[in-house]
Amino acid sequence: MNNSLKTTAKGIIDVSPLMIPVVPFGIIYGVIGMDLGIGPYMTLGLSIIIFGGASQIVLLQLFSSGASSLVILSSVGAVNARHILYGAVLSEHLAGLKLSWKIILSYVMTDQAFAVSNIYFNKNNKNNNKHYHLLGSGFTCWTIWQISTILGIVLGSVVPEELGLSFTISLTFLALLISDFRKFKNIIVMLVSGLVATIGFNSIPFKAYIIVAALTALAVAVLLTLIDIEKK
Amino acid sequence: MHWSLIIYAGIITFVTRFSMIFLLKKDILNDKAKKILSFVPAAIFPAIIFPPIFLDDTGSVDLESNPKILAAIFAIIVGYFSKNIIATIFAGLISYWFLIFVYYQ
Repeated sequence: MNNSLKTTAKGIIDVSPLMIPVVPFGIIYGVIGMDLGIGPYMTLGLSIIIFGGASQIVLLQLFSSGASSLVILSSVGAVNARHILYGAVLSEHLAGLKLSWKIILSYVMTDQAFAVSNIYFNKNNKNNNKHYHLLGSGFTCWTIWQISTILGIVLGSVVPEELGLSFTISLTFLALLISDFRKFKNIIVMLVSGLVATIGFNSIPFKAYIIVAALTALAVAVLLTLIDIEKK
Repeated sequence: MHWSLIIYAGIITFVTRFSMIFLLKKDILNDKAKKILSFVPAAIFPAIIFPPIFLDDTGSVDLESNPKILAAIFAIIVGYFSKNIIATIFAGLISYWFLIFVYYQ
């Protein structure tokens, strides 16, 4: 087996354990899409065109509450801000690649693919084909996400509404934050965000509560970071 | 919903992923910037999590007879100790079902 294939396979293997929670998330997303009545093509279309669970859920949630396009798109942008960090961290490993490679790898750069491929890149800096690792991990995420979306679309018509599956959106995002539960500063940032969004849900105009809450909480995060640096 | 909204959202998502890979030759973000960006999930996800849990259908705060708050607390406890994403989701969902189908019946 040549080096590029081997590296791709390594990416697939490394990311696989992280795919377990992606399956229920994708199914829930598909069920919700059908629940909101946007139909199977648009539900799957979002998964292919946007390919980002958090962005897709935020888009659906705000759309169903009647938010304007401007608010929806800026909220999607806010949810995606973490990708800027991922891109910056990976840039030195991908700098020598052709533009077409950069485009393809950017499209599949999810939280999970970033997590495993960044570790691989740092350990295998000399491997000239290391970018194949991100190709393997990224397209594994992509394939699993599309399959679970389709499963959700199929199940969406049979899952009874009484089960209250929309609550699983909150639970899924909550589960994504478990690594923050033990960090005191992160808990403060989380509480600020949640409280501002809950209080502002009705009073902040244009359904902009997600952006306002995120910016307020991020301002608190900046303050906490600066105080920490001062102390040192 | 219009397809154009989906395409714009797709472009925004892609640009955030592509911009730094396209622009930078090496990682130039300093530690302070990285530290702050690492707070982004903690700053934004609770804004998505809290309102559907605490607000009822009319949009007013519902703190009594609200099974979602109890189920979310249970999920947080399980998440804190297990550090397991799946266990957290299922702990919340199963306790929620228990509350709405058994306890509140």
